[in-house]
Amino acid sequence: MKLPEAAGLLLAFVARLITGAQGHWYGCPPKAEQRIYFANHQSHFDWVLIWAALPGDLRAVTRPIAARDYWTSSRLKHWITREVFNAVYVSRQRTDDQDPLEPLVEVLKSGDSLVIFPEGTRGNKGDPQPFKSGLYHLAEQFPGVQLIPAWIDNVQRVMPKGEVVPVPILCSVTFGAPLQLQPGEDKRAFLERAREAVVALRSVR
Amino acid sequence: MGALRSLTIEQQIGLLFLGLFGVLGLVSLVGFGRTLREASPEQQELHERFKRELRAVWLGAVLFWVAWVSGAVVATILFGVISFLAFREFITLTQTRRADHRSLLLAFFLVLPLQFVLAGSRHFDLFTVFIPVYVFFAIPVLSAFGNDPQRFLERTAKIQWGIMVCIYGMSHAPALLLIDLPRYASRGAFLVFYLVVVVASAQIVQEFASRKLRRRPVARAISRSFSWRAWLIGSLSAGLVGALLYWATPFKPIPALVMGFIAGATGCLGEFVMKALKRDAGVRSWGGKASVTGAVGLLDRVAPLCFAAPVFFHAVRWYFGL
Repeated sequence: MKLPEAAGLLLAFVARLITGAQGHWYGCPPKAEQRIYFANHQSHFDWVLIWAALPGDLRAVTRPIAARDYWTSSRLKHWITREVFNAVYVSRQRTDDQDPLEPLVEVLKSGDSLVIFPEGTRGNKGDPQPFKSGLYHLAEQFPGVQLIPAWIDNVQRVMPKGEVVPVPILCSVTFGAPLQLQPGEDKRAFLERAREAVVALRSVR
Repeated sequence: MGALRSLTIEQQIGLLFLGLFGVLGLVSLVGFGRTLREASPEQQELHERFKRELRAVWLGAVLFWVAWVSGAVVATILFGVISFLAFREFITLTQTRRADHRSLLLAFFLVLPLQFVLAGSRHFDLFTVFIPVYVFFAIPVLSAFGNDPQRFLERTAKIQWGIMVCIYGMSHAPALLLIDLPRYASRGAFLVFYLVVVVASAQIVQEFASRKLRRRPVARAISRSFSWRAWLIGSLSAGLVGALLYWATPFKPIPALVMGFIAGATGCLGEFVMKALKRDAGVRSWGGKASVTGAVGLLDRVAPLCFAAPVFFHAVRWYFGL
């Protein structure tokens, strides 16, 4: 076993020890199909939680998105995101000649799955903020890829913004039924529908 | 019974585990035999529940055996892990706020390990006062520095209470395993076994009695089955079981009966208190589908022990004047 693999197993173990990282597959089974998971975003821990809740063989083909400026700023951060999580780097600064979604498009073309947090930033509490339009553009370009909403519960209590050490509290990830972009559906209507699909999973027990 | 006392300690302990696993094996076999027959859906459901409970008992028995075989250090660590999981479950269902983050970190990563280290190293005096005195002081101080007055008393009280039940109570199990009593050296496994058996039989008999008797419940809003008479029957039969087990303990038959009664009675009342807590948190069971986060339902199973163990531990210490 190589070092990144071992580090990955260790991280998943720690995440399970601290949060339980229970995955509830409510609307779809965990399958090795190409998917885009989209979820509410409250903490840096969110991605690790989804990742630990996935079955082992899906982890290798499911990739997160990392902000290039933050996650490459130190060698450790860079190593973890690159070697362990196989993250896709995106730049937060928008340049005129480059489409910010281009790295994601590349990944989807190569057949891997993605996890995205369409709110764009970590929300404080309560309802998720309005979704950014990236999800819509990806759904438009890749109609064959399943869009799976996910609700992450309780994680803001594990590691509130600004704290570094997580408190052990049980969390769960609820995965909902796949969503489809209707032909000719308006961008705003679709994003609102996607957001509602995520929020609706909160009350599923 | 006298013949049993004349065996060496190793032989007695071997016999204890042989008996324990023998009974469990027999029960499992009978349970398996029942699955071969046709059953109505209700019976099936009952059987599923029985199977789940049996699996938990098996797990407990194996853990107990591992704890005994591998010695003091591993036993303490094992009980520490159980305490960690129970406390995690408790905090999940308790309302805490951001300002409690530091206090919770203190509880999980400092208080819990330290308490079990104290138990494992047999510092029983500090072990007894560490949480009620020092942690009781430190937790609200840290929470106050969190700079959030909203429901302050409620939050700190809940954290403190969770520490008392899940960490302090649970840590008395390894302490019992390690306590050195006169003419009873290195036989703590019997004390833990005695406690677990006595508390479990009290619960089972109480449950059974409350179903048969159908008395008016004492506190309907909290538990529909708890009545004083059922409780008394459960505790008395715990005493009886305790007296029957006297050969495995450092007690004479009558004190063994009293000790059994005390442990059974506190265990049942502890379970009753946990029910009140569950009602408060709005869940029917810590485990299962009703829970917010898919908690495993460990707290449910260990809570009676958490309540009975400290009372029993100190009863033993006073009895021997330690």
